[in-house]
Amino acid sequence: MSIFKHHAKLETNIFFLAVGILLTVVVGGLVEVVPLFSIESTIEKVDGVRPYSPLELAGRNIYIREGCYNCHSQMIRPFKDEVERYGHYSLAAESKYDHPFQWGSKRTGPDLARVGGKYTNEWHVRHLVNPRDVVPGSIMPGYKHLSRPLDYADIASHLKVLRIVGVPYTDAQIASAKKDVEEQVFSDPASSPAVAASYPKASIGSASGNPKAVTEMDALVAYLQVLGTMVDFSTVKPESIRR
Amino acid sequence: MATIEKDSVSGQSTTGHEWDGIKELNTPLPKWWVYVFWACVVWSIGYWVVYPSWPTLNGYTPGIGLGSVVPANWTARGQLDGDLVAQKAGRAAWLSKIEASSVDAIEKDKDLLRYAMAGGKIAFNENCAPCHGVGGVGAYGFPTLADDEWLWGGSLADIEQTIKFGVRNTNANSRQSEMPKFGADGILKDDQIAAVADYVVSVASKAPAKGSAGEAVYAENCAVCHGEDGSGNKEVGAPALNNQIWLYKGGKDGVVAQVTKPKHGSMPAWSERLDASTVKLLAVYVHNLGGGK
Repeated sequence: MSIFKHHAKLETNIFFLAVGILLTVVVGGLVEVVPLFSIESTIEKVDGVRPYSPLELAGRNIYIREGCYNCHSQMIRPFKDEVERYGHYSLAAESKYDHPFQWGSKRTGPDLARVGGKYTNEWHVRHLVNPRDVVPGSIMPGYKHLSRPLDYADIASHLKVLRIVGVPYTDAQIASAKKDVEEQVFSDPASSPAVAASYPKASIGSASGNPKAVTEMDALVAYLQVLGTMVDFSTVKPESIRR
Repeated sequence: MATIEKDSVSGQSTTGHEWDGIKELNTPLPKWWVYVFWACVVWSIGYWVVYPSWPTLNGYTPGIGLGSVVPANWTARGQLDGDLVAQKAGRAAWLSKIEASSVDAIEKDKDLLRYAMAGGKIAFNENCAPCHGVGGVGAYGFPTLADDEWLWGGSLADIEQTIKFGVRNTNANSRQSEMPKFGADGILKDDQIAAVADYVVSVASKAPAKGSAGEAVYAENCAVCHGEDGSGNKEVGAPALNNQIWLYKGGKDGVVAQVTKPKHGSMPAWSERLDASTVKLLAVYVHNLGGGK
């Protein structure tokens, strides 16, 4: 053990200290970085995960702007109690088009990874305007200001930027981005507009009920309503996603 | 500086640091702490071998497992799958009975009823209470489930059907039907709407204004769904009007608003999210909240 008594020599010599730090960082860095080279095996191969529709993407930007991730996670961990409450555990594949991902690290409110389809649009709107209207004990702030019009003039460039980092938006999808926003909000939910073919399972219709403008509320609710709904788990073999 | 001395009181050496005559003792870590530290380091080596740990160029070391305690190639998801199987087996005695029984049979069996009420309450609080309120007290636009007024029927079978397929959603079996937009679509004129609203308010207070202009409008446009006497029709989800229970705003203003441009609630099809047994537990629980028919 006598070697450990001489650490003062390492710590008081600037050269040896620098070399020591460098070695530590290199080893730690390699351990963290090398696994990323094999990331293809980390992402499960499941069907259904698609890029966000332009409206959902705008909603996602609002989710980030309002700091929803501070209180809501989007990560159902593979534990019995979480799966019982929220549904199937989250897959890496389900957030492969999220830049950055919204897994979060703290739950003041419930997890939202599979909130899509759980409540109606009307509930979401009333809950976002004043959560106490529907959940008396809630401590969530109200987001009444989301009823203002959505600024989506530059939505196509958001799609373009995401394509640079690997989200497979097609040229046609980028070209029709603005039109897709309007179509997703103003189409009849019972109809099947082109945007629904381009982005399956997208929530069609106006959540806020404002016939004149696309609101931030419409975008956020469209985003919430698609969360966790893209993968049909009845067709996924459990063995194929064990990691 | 940096004169290391022996402290006469504690027998430890000093670090050699001194501030205004105050010197710092170089007391080593407690022995027990150091031993625990090294024991943890040794323990971690065992972990590396038993569990998946070290990254490799195209994967990771899988871990050899530890007999029957930890399987080889352990994964958190694999363990969860096993946990869920074990949990299902633990509940099988009850769940197999729930699966095999109809909701009516569940409610008649005292033990099954107790199980359904306990399980139904948990599922209700997680899935239903956000809209219908804890205990089914309801909210503006979301019907109360604890009273004996039902939109789509309050029998066990009706409740189970509503929970399974929901109301006005995209499920093919969901409960549909919408009230026409009498005002917005120009079916009725403003004065007719005002008259019929007056009549509906009188029906609601159990004193129908017989012979009024509103009664004629009601008989022609509303009675087909809401009934001649305003008792409603559960086949099409038309609420009873001959009481003071309002889903939206009551009074003349509320009725005018609803006749002009009706609001329609919707409810998800829970069979798309929950298994059949959970839906049965929920149906029995809701039926027993106080208003089951």
